[in-house]
Amino acid sequence: MSEQTKPTKKAPRLSPKRREQNRREFLRSAGLAAGMVSVSLLGLAPLIGGANARLRPPGALKDRLNEQEFLASCIKCGQCVQVCPVKAIELAELDEGVGVGTPYIDARKQACDFSCDGLQCVLACPTGALTHDINYPAESRMGFARLSRPGACLAVRGQGFKGLARGPDYAGLLRYAEVDRWNPIPVAEHPYDLELCDLCVRQCPIEIRIAQCMAGEPPSGDPNQCPPRSAIALEPRGDGPGRIPVVKDGCVGCGVCEMICPPEPAAIVIDIEQTADSIS
Amino acid sequence: MSYILTSIKQLLGLKPERPDKAKQTEAVRVVFESKKKEHLDPDYLREIEAAHARTRHRHKWRNRRWATLIVVNLLFVVSYSFDVQLVEGAMTASRVVGFHFADLNSALQVMLAFKQVVLNLVIGTLTVFVLWWLLGGRTFCSWVCPYHLIAEAAEAIHLRLAKRGWVRDYSFHRGVRALFYLVFALLALATGYTVYETISPTGIVSRALIYGPGVAMGWVLALLLFEVFVSRRAWCRYVCPIGITYGIVGLISPLRVTYNVESCHHEGNCRNVCLVPHVLDVTIRGRARELDTEIGADCTRCGLCVDICPTDSLTYKYKGLDKML
Repeated sequence: MSEQTKPTKKAPRLSPKRREQNRREFLRSAGLAAGMVSVSLLGLAPLIGGANARLRPPGALKDRLNEQEFLASCIKCGQCVQVCPVKAIELAELDEGVGVGTPYIDARKQACDFSCDGLQCVLACPTGALTHDINYPAESRMGFARLSRPGACLAVRGQGFKGLARGPDYAGLLRYAEVDRWNPIPVAEHPYDLELCDLCVRQCPIEIRIAQCMAGEPPSGDPNQCPPRSAIALEPRGDGPGRIPVVKDGCVGCGVCEMICPPEPAAIVIDIEQTADSIS
Repeated sequence: MSYILTSIKQLLGLKPERPDKAKQTEAVRVVFESKKKEHLDPDYLREIEAAHARTRHRHKWRNRRWATLIVVNLLFVVSYSFDVQLVEGAMTASRVVGFHFADLNSALQVMLAFKQVVLNLVIGTLTVFVLWWLLGGRTFCSWVCPYHLIAEAAEAIHLRLAKRGWVRDYSFHRGVRALFYLVFALLALATGYTVYETISPTGIVSRALIYGPGVAMGWVLALLLFEVFVSRRAWCRYVCPIGITYGIVGLISPLRVTYNVESCHHEGNCRNVCLVPHVLDVTIRGRARELDTEIGADCTRCGLCVDICPTDSLTYKYKGLDKML
């Protein structure tokens, strides 16, 4: 401490020991750079083959098939999660790689039933990853419903349905306008008694809106909320008592049919490789 | 101008300039000459430090900073879990009582990957830019970033183990952080994905606090273990591009830590506690060029040096404020 510091000489020669230290530090730094970049690039791996592709919230870059743009623009903040009235949106885990923190919907657990009417998640999105180009539920393109197990479908088998669609322990919510116009209630508190099961049609948010518009009562009193095309209908099968759910080009892929379908696993599911626009 | 140049060099991780006697002001030369004459007794220095350690204000700024960091992050958590809409979202982007805020680095990644910018993001980015311009730039790191706090805990463990000789601190070249900055920017641009966000502990920890932890916290744990056993504060010092982004904001920020050479005893305690000790190289005997030096933009304004300095040679300063008052 008390030693006087001598002015350093110009361009000091480094000692061999110091040079060796510098060499090691350089190698370590190169290793750190290579390692860290490799780890971050591992994040791209889950994209291969779309192994972890999931149902996205409404407006996810307009069309489900623009997944790359959606992943690029999402800032992973979860504001869409926070505003959803039925808590349909969850954030992806690390197994989605670069998609970590992006929103997705597990339709079987809790689908988007558009009970906010105004697409709250889209309005909340700060980056346009959920694009502001859509204003109404009927404009979203999340996927496309598909009757994947016709043999399990109660309607196809000509069976009715009585009781709770998903059992007493199911936590999912739906908005039943006839029960409460504003607040979604647990599906487990809403038993059905149907001669022929038509839950996928009955609960379809698009079909519900069409019916409301036909009755002259569009959602929020806004005629623009009226979907232009039908999404799903039960149609007669040639033989037997059953009817078959047929998905129409008004389907937006919200997943309510998959959520409400009583058989386990569901007879109808959302195909995220398709949307109404790609079908037609 | 020299402040900005010095700061850019710090951010790029370049070696600090050797002292050039010709550039020292006369006043500084006089100070160093007189310091050569006075021999400070080690016992006297120890006594000053011990007396300082006993004062009530010993951890003033650290405590304020920890309180701020915890409150800010709790606001996010509370806003969601109790549905009081104060700070919605996460650290990467949020709405503060309705106003868009976007983390500058996350916003940059999105802009580079997406190559389009919507108005909301512009508003959020500008708001946050102005906020951290006023508050010091890298102030974000030490006063708000949730990873910073847990990294401080890991650092304390590292230092304890190092004291017993059980671990040692392997250093890296600081330039590697600038390299990461470039690589992550290019990766976003080239791949069209926000590659950095995958490994960003800031985003991961913030989301874990608000939406519940997941597997991604395993990565954060791995980083912490690396910092405990291999390299002190490695992520913040050598990797994090967020630090450079806010460092650039700090280039023009009026909030700085100022160093006064006259009262300094050059014991180096400030450099020992500092996350970015290279910014305090000016406190080494003989380095200062002027009586008062403003610490460069790589400084996180955490205040640890302000707290530990027994002679008040390091203080916070808000440029222009003294003139206004």
